[in-house]
Amino acid sequence: MVTRADYRIDERPTWCRGCGDYGILNALSRALVEQGIAPHETIVVTGIGCGSKLPQYMRVNGMHTLHGRPMPIAQGARLANHDMHVIVVHGDGDGYGEGLGHFAHGVRRNPRLTELVQNNKIYGLTKGQYSPTSAQGWRTSTSPRGSAEQKVEPLALAITQGATFVARGYPGKLDHLIWLIGEALNYPGYALIDILQPCVTFNPKRSYDYYNPRVYALEDESDYDPTDRTAAWLQAQAWGERIPIGIFYRVDPEPSLETYEPALEAGPLVKQPLKPLNTEQITTLLEPLR
Amino acid sequence: MNEHDLTLRIGGEAGMGLESSGAGFAKALMRGGLWVFGVPDFRSRIRGGHNFFTLRAGPTPLYSIADPVHLLLALDKETIRRHLADVVPGGAIVYDQQLELEDELQREDVVYVPVPLTEMAREIGGAEVMRNTLALGVASGLLDFDLQHVETVIRENFSRKGEEVVDANLKLAQEGVRLSEPFKDDYSFRLRPAAEPPERILINGTQAFALGALAGGGRFVSGYPMTPGSPVLIWFAQHGADYGVVAKHVEDEIAAINMALGAAVMGARSLVPTSGGGFALMVEATGFAGIGEIPVVIYNAQRPGPATGLPTRTEQGDLLFMIHAAQGEFARMVLAPGSIEEAFHLGWHAFNAAERAQTPVMVLSDQFLADAFRSVEPSALNFDAVALDRGKLLTEAELDNLSEDYRRYKVTESGVSPRALPGHPNAVFVTESNEHDEYPRINEEMDNRVAQQSKRMRKVQTLREDVPAPTWYGPEESELTLICWGSTYGPAREAVDRLNTEAAGRANLLHFSGLEPFPPTAEAELNRAQLKIVVEGNYTGQLESLIRTHTGIEADSAIRRFDGRPFRPEYILAQLEEV
Ligand SMILES: Cc1ncc(C[n+]2csc(CCOP(=O)(O)OP(=O)(O)O)c2C)c(N)n1
Ligand code: SF4
Ligand SMILES: [Mg+2]
Repeated sequence: MVTRADYRIDERPTWCRGCGDYGILNALSRALVEQGIAPHETIVVTGIGCGSKLPQYMRVNGMHTLHGRPMPIAQGARLANHDMHVIVVHGDGDGYGEGLGHFAHGVRRNPRLTELVQNNKIYGLTKGQYSPTSAQGWRTSTSPRGSAEQKVEPLALAITQGATFVARGYPGKLDHLIWLIGEALNYPGYALIDILQPCVTFNPKRSYDYYNPRVYALEDESDYDPTDRTAAWLQAQAWGERIPIGIFYRVDPEPSLETYEPALEAGPLVKQPLKPLNTEQITTLLEPLR
Repeated sequence: MNEHDLTLRIGGEAGMGLESSGAGFAKALMRGGLWVFGVPDFRSRIRGGHNFFTLRAGPTPLYSIADPVHLLLALDKETIRRHLADVVPGGAIVYDQQLELEDELQREDVVYVPVPLTEMAREIGGAEVMRNTLALGVASGLLDFDLQHVETVIRENFSRKGEEVVDANLKLAQEGVRLSEPFKDDYSFRLRPAAEPPERILINGTQAFALGALAGGGRFVSGYPMTPGSPVLIWFAQHGADYGVVAKHVEDEIAAINMALGAAVMGARSLVPTSGGGFALMVEATGFAGIGEIPVVIYNAQRPGPATGLPTRTEQGDLLFMIHAAQGEFARMVLAPGSIEEAFHLGWHAFNAAERAQTPVMVLSDQFLADAFRSVEPSALNFDAVALDRGKLLTEAELDNLSEDYRRYKVTESGVSPRALPGHPNAVFVTESNEHDEYPRINEEMDNRVAQQSKRMRKVQTLREDVPAPTWYGPEESELTLICWGSTYGPAREAVDRLNTEAAGRANLLHFSGLEPFPPTAEAELNRAQLKIVVEGNYTGQLESLIRTHTGIEADSAIRRFDGRPFRPEYILAQLEEV
């Protein structure tokens, strides 16, 4: 049996007190335990940012990689070993700024990954510059007159790019977030959970005081149909006095990326024995050159 | 008589099908028992502009193309204009009789063979492109090269398109032979097939490297098309699945290398084929492979830069870039095959070296080596020598019996740490891009930094054991030594042969296929050379400066080329005259 102790490590996070990343760490390990996934059966691929240090703070396989690049790294990991649960975790600057191209393209491939975005609408680790999800006009050290750009709408973008599991979570609603992550881990395709992550230090205007009164779960709305793609696309951009969390869009997935690779029919790439080519294979390979 | 090698050049516009015709004829010549060497010379465009294909064939093995042309097949007037000066006295030009040649395109000492190329191709084949076949028929006739091998190739190449197309092409080839008859008395060069030709293969550097990489257990290939690196990606996309390979064309080069790193950490032997501009985008991830200790093979087929440069041409301008790419310092290997044999060998060796040292290994090719094809004995691809050495990879049993907490970045004497693949309950670990301790926890302490950085750099010693030593060609005691790296080997080798035919013991060749770490034997070998002349395809003399940096040895002179064209023996010999 997998227990919480399996994921525990003797390492204190370097996050600020009150940071939303604690809740995400907590929710992730609890969801993994609930789903009965052991630390060696999963790998958490992160980028660079405050939240991306997460694999340091739980006992789990991980790759703490480069700013903006965890998405392709995770896809490579999954293609090489599809026996493993591959989870991608990174910030909004990482995934929607430096890595936006990888995000938009990765979604199109429907790799079987769970992607968790610590979206604090700010660059935390570099101390408070506006991010791709900051509202237009946001004032920070690099946008002293207010930012010029409209914000990226990650959930709507994911739906546009063909994602079939698109959700938003909030660590202030921990049980809901644990449930969401569990759903994503069980989903046989690409699943995105964008998480409203309070950064108490550099983005206090988007902290618990802001979110708590506004956030509501779509699951509690009796008339919300998460299989309606157009409604989901619109709902994904709703923001204001009421901020929805939950599953915006979920339908049965298309075949995932791995199913397009004939080489994987025989099992995970890394479990297939590495051996020299045999005589027959060599003959076949040389035939067109003769 | 086939005493000498001959050069045949077919020229025209892009879109005229020169490459497939050239390759088809090369194959026919090879099957007729001749040694061949062929190089496409193409512009970066799909239609129009002058393109040509040079094919050299002869009774002895060839390592380069040569300048003098014995038979020019001109599909347009531009071909005659550009290549007339290269045609040897007594050589011939086959062209369309519709063309009116001005005085400046006429030479007394050349045989002109006007034939109804377009007219007949339309009449018999119903398509202008078929004039290539007619021209090759004329060439076969002039050279006395029995049509049977050409016919077999036509059947193989056109069978997909149906019986009618095959027949039309056969007919055109035969017509070509007939049309050549009146000119044969004036033209004395011959390429007669052997009665019992030996089995050989026709292969370019791309194919040789790809076969080597496949034989070496390459299982994951990710890339983004960029000439002249993409042919390796395409090769794996087409053949890989049959051999258990995942090959992906992804959104950009940054994704390509990062995907490969993800796959490599999980345990797949991973390869990223690209060209210099693509590698420029991969630089940061290369550093991640350095500090994360991830084995990966990066293949860069160079083209002249910077930026877009000359997309379809050749240069050796990326050597120092590859050696120094990425911020910070880490151990890496840079290899540069000079021949088909070496491209195959380094294709599999690179994976072993990468896994033994758990760090990136780079293979530098270039457009010339990638695209030029040569006939070789099948044994040139030495499949028997292929060994799969995964270095300090922990086995399942070793992991089962692990008595202590697994330390991915354990400090060892060699700097190489026992490596687990994610998935075993006894080895749960993180691949870390921040500086870290052994477990790894992120760690910024001075002692730890020194311990980890020193450990990683000690792996240079393992790489030194695996880096190929420079090799000699030619007589031991020679007046002068040509020193080269990578694809310059072939043309330099022929230059050496020619010098020694003129006077025995004039020249030999020292060739580097391993450049980083700089091979430990290099200094001793260089000291055995008398007059040292470094021949390389760049402006600044990158090998020359490496030699100076690592050994303090000053070359006596240099021959360089950076006009985008491959070296040829004639070019080297002419430059030698000057130095
Ligand atoms: C290529 C590159 N550019 C810039 C940085 C510096 N950098 C580190 S974290 C970061 C932004 C972090 O913001 P986000 O991804 O939102 O993560 P957060 O810290 O907010 O969790 C930047 C710009 C880097 N490490 N690498
Ligand atoms: S700076 Fe913000 S995101 Fe970073 S640890 Fe502190 S609260 Fe969390
Ligand atoms: Mg952020």
